[in-house]
Amino acid sequence: MSEVAILNPTTSRGLNTNTTPVAPLLDADRKPLTKKEVSADHPTWCPGCGDFAVLALYFKLIERRKLHHEKITTVAGIGCSSRFPYFVQAHGAHYIHGRALPFASGVSLSRPDLQVCVFGGDGDAFSIGGNHFTHTARKNVRLTYVVMDNSVYGLTKNQTSPTSPIGFKSKTDIWGSKDRPINPIKQAISAGATFVARTTATNPNHVLAMMEAAMDHDGFSFIQCLSECVEFYPGAFDAATPRKGGVFNEISKEHDVTDEYAAYKLADTAWPGLFGVYYKTERPTKNANEQSIITDLQGKSAGLEPWQILKKNFDRMK
Amino acid sequence: MSTAASPQSSPKISKISEAVIRIAGNSQDGIQAIGGFLARLAGRSEQEVMTFMTIPSTISGGPSIFQVRIGSGEVLSAGDEADMLLAFYDHSYKAHLGSLKKGGIVIYDSDHMKAEDIPAENLTQYRHVGVAISSLTVEAIGGTGRDKGKNVFSLGLLAKMFDLNVTKLTRLLTERFTGKDPKVAETALNAFNAGYNYQLASAPELFQFNPGENVGLSQVVMSGNEALAYGLIAAGVRFGAGYPITPWTDIMELLRRELPKYGGSFQQCEDEIASISMAIGASWGGRVAVTGSSGPGISLKTEALGWAVMAEMPLIVVDVQRGGPSTGMPTSIEQSDLNIACFGGHGDSPRVVIGTSSVEDCFYTAIEAVNIARKYSTPVVILTDQGIATRIEAFKEPDLQKIVQDISPDLTPVTDHKPYDLSAPDGITRHLAPGTRIASGKYPVVTGLEHDELGHPTGSAKLHVQMVAKRRNKLKKLASELPVPTVYGPAEGQILLVSWGSSQGPVQEAVKLARAAGHAVSSVHIKYVNPLPPGLENIFAGFSHVFVVELNDEGFAGIGQMGALIRTYIPDAKIRGITKTDGLTWKVKDIVDRALQMAK
Ligand SMILES: Cc1ncc(C[n+]2csc(CCOP(=O)(O)OP(=O)(O)O)c2C)c(N)n1
Ligand code: SF4
Ligand SMILES: [Mg+2]
Repeated sequence: MSEVAILNPTTSRGLNTNTTPVAPLLDADRKPLTKKEVSADHPTWCPGCGDFAVLALYFKLIERRKLHHEKITTVAGIGCSSRFPYFVQAHGAHYIHGRALPFASGVSLSRPDLQVCVFGGDGDAFSIGGNHFTHTARKNVRLTYVVMDNSVYGLTKNQTSPTSPIGFKSKTDIWGSKDRPINPIKQAISAGATFVARTTATNPNHVLAMMEAAMDHDGFSFIQCLSECVEFYPGAFDAATPRKGGVFNEISKEHDVTDEYAAYKLADTAWPGLFGVYYKTERPTKNANEQSIITDLQGKSAGLEPWQILKKNFDRMK
Repeated sequence: MSTAASPQSSPKISKISEAVIRIAGNSQDGIQAIGGFLARLAGRSEQEVMTFMTIPSTISGGPSIFQVRIGSGEVLSAGDEADMLLAFYDHSYKAHLGSLKKGGIVIYDSDHMKAEDIPAENLTQYRHVGVAISSLTVEAIGGTGRDKGKNVFSLGLLAKMFDLNVTKLTRLLTERFTGKDPKVAETALNAFNAGYNYQLASAPELFQFNPGENVGLSQVVMSGNEALAYGLIAAGVRFGAGYPITPWTDIMELLRRELPKYGGSFQQCEDEIASISMAIGASWGGRVAVTGSSGPGISLKTEALGWAVMAEMPLIVVDVQRGGPSTGMPTSIEQSDLNIACFGGHGDSPRVVIGTSSVEDCFYTAIEAVNIARKYSTPVVILTDQGIATRIEAFKEPDLQKIVQDISPDLTPVTDHKPYDLSAPDGITRHLAPGTRIASGKYPVVTGLEHDELGHPTGSAKLHVQMVAKRRNKLKKLASELPVPTVYGPAEGQILLVSWGSSQGPVQEAVKLARAAGHAVSSVHIKYVNPLPPGLENIFAGFSHVFVVELNDEGFAGIGQMGALIRTYIPDAKIRGITKTDGLTWKVKDIVDRALQMAK
């Protein structure tokens, strides 16, 4: 065949899309979104689930940062926590189990104009998605990743998760889990994440502060947010909840967040550990690195149309 | 080689319209390079060319061959038998003499094989020319090179033998070897000239090609993988992701290198799952993206492919088929991924599958795949194979100014939008790229869960029934819009051969061969594998036998994968399969023999 039988469609919009021209709006003229405007489906989480707080704080963040609907992109994998995008009135994607990060990386790298936020559970992040976590971190893809860690598989109803502590009794470890859990903070630091923070859903102001700092970070920003599963692991984080008799210990102001080894050591603090920013460093993002390759190569073919660039290659194959 | 002897001279010069030349040696001998030069020369000389190469699955060492068929007319396959064999070693001679036609010429390296060792029966069947290729090369370019340069020396020999255009070849060599060190090009030219000027007095015959048919036509010469990758670029694809695996790797390497020139990028990921996921993410970002793989990598992609079907996300998945299952036969040709391409994954998961039939077809198929993906908001699998991927062909230079398309995302705000609109007049889902403002304030979600019109999850059986039908029906609509395949040869006869993918060329040649022998054989090529195009039943009605020719196993039911697929549309027992799994391309004569045998 030496021709194209099925032609490029003239529109990428649906026939029923209402494309009546919409008056352009200057960002300055737009009001911050209210909670009502930014919430979509009513969350399907169990009453009391820690994930509600994370969602509420995401709304607050959107309102505070005056983000408009279309600039928010929420991506998740599969799990209770991963249902997040349905609850946000914005462009969102509910992808497959464990693979939210590569999906989100595709968005971030192809659409640098978007602010990409990824939400998910501990199983999604560190078990089935473990490899992707490592590589997204080391490549420093520009996006924010909030892992809502309940130390259990919620959606599939109570199996051991990679962050379940030794002794945790689940339906797959009725005698108590014997495997050493993952330490998400150490995992993130050693993988090469450039922003690593820990927070807990029971401390809203702290969650918000961490999210803001993560969003301000140019690179892969990772937050481990303890978020209780009241159904299958009630009381998991009482030790970090003052009103349940626990202690919420923040990382000392003296800690040098650019000191990788110090951060790694802090991450070994005895349960319930410390909260705050463990590690933060500047390293060129994957996005910036790709852009510099593009700028370099495009410079060499400046002023040429795509067909002319291609023609140059074809001329060499004659 | 059809020859018409010219007036007696010594050696005599025969006019030919085509030749099949096989070069056999070891992989480090640069055999692929000679083949490549011959192919490009033929392309520049208005001759058609099709090459055939086998590469050892071990990276270096071991046998390697390159077969080039150059013709002044239409070349449809790499040729069943060689007219000339160039053997660098005793083992290459022994392994490939059988592929030479009786009376054919074999040039062997007399440094590696003694004339007295050649069995007498071989001497009666084939014409032998011994040339001290190794030592003459060393003599021409100096002692250090050893095996280096033998290939270029041999190219000189062939240039003499076939009266090839020396000016053009010299230019090709200069272009190829002009790098940092001008000495390299000089050395190459020395080796070439030594071969060309070698007294081929002992040669029984020299040849000259009739002028080609494509006079005045500008041709480009490239491999199938290159054509596919450039086709994607021409189609407007600007993002891709992959993980290396033979024979898909060339495509990702090329895209990685080229896409930044167009403002795009290609990502090497940690695995095939990440690759397809990144590509899907970028597609959602508003511009169809590509991923691809071969063999096991395709298996890894199926869960995510199912997501793209469910979410109705445009996506291109390139499957460069190789022998399977598992690691299988990495450098062999097989068409055994049809089932996974059409059906791989759980659930009812309709998607589009298109095959590629030639190098040129790879270029245009890539563009069409992108257009289908966008028009029907669907993943499209391009099924190509190891044979097409690595072989080089010359084809008419495409009119790039006309063909290259722009598919940048449209972010113009809209008033209202429901991606999975059940009442859409064309029944087709279309997504808005994130970043698009929707004035109604109602934003869609894309998901792998069954969903309502806005993409929000639903447990409603009614919606599931409607959405399943929607995903099926949009592709039935595509099927109804596909061109009816055309019959090659008369529309009625005894046998109809059905080809898909790379069997097209050999099958059409089989039709020519069978018809020349007086048999009523025609063929039809199926480009669109899934869904199948309309009109097949009518076409089949004109024949007593329908044989589907494909490179895969006959399975439990005694029919190949495409045969079985066709049977689900047209349950007629006259549809049977001609299949094989020896990892090589079709021999035209085998197809004819088997078809005639089965029709007895
Ligand atoms: C490939 C695949 N395997 C298994 C599942 C089933 N599954 C869904 S969610 C989940 C684990 C959820 O745990 P987590 O990621 O911690 O999220 P949570 O529900 O606790 O928020 C599993 C095993 C799936 N959806 N896909
Ligand atoms: S099962 Fe646990 S994690 Fe899931 S919604 Fe209920 S409380 Fe939350
Ligand atoms: Mg969990």
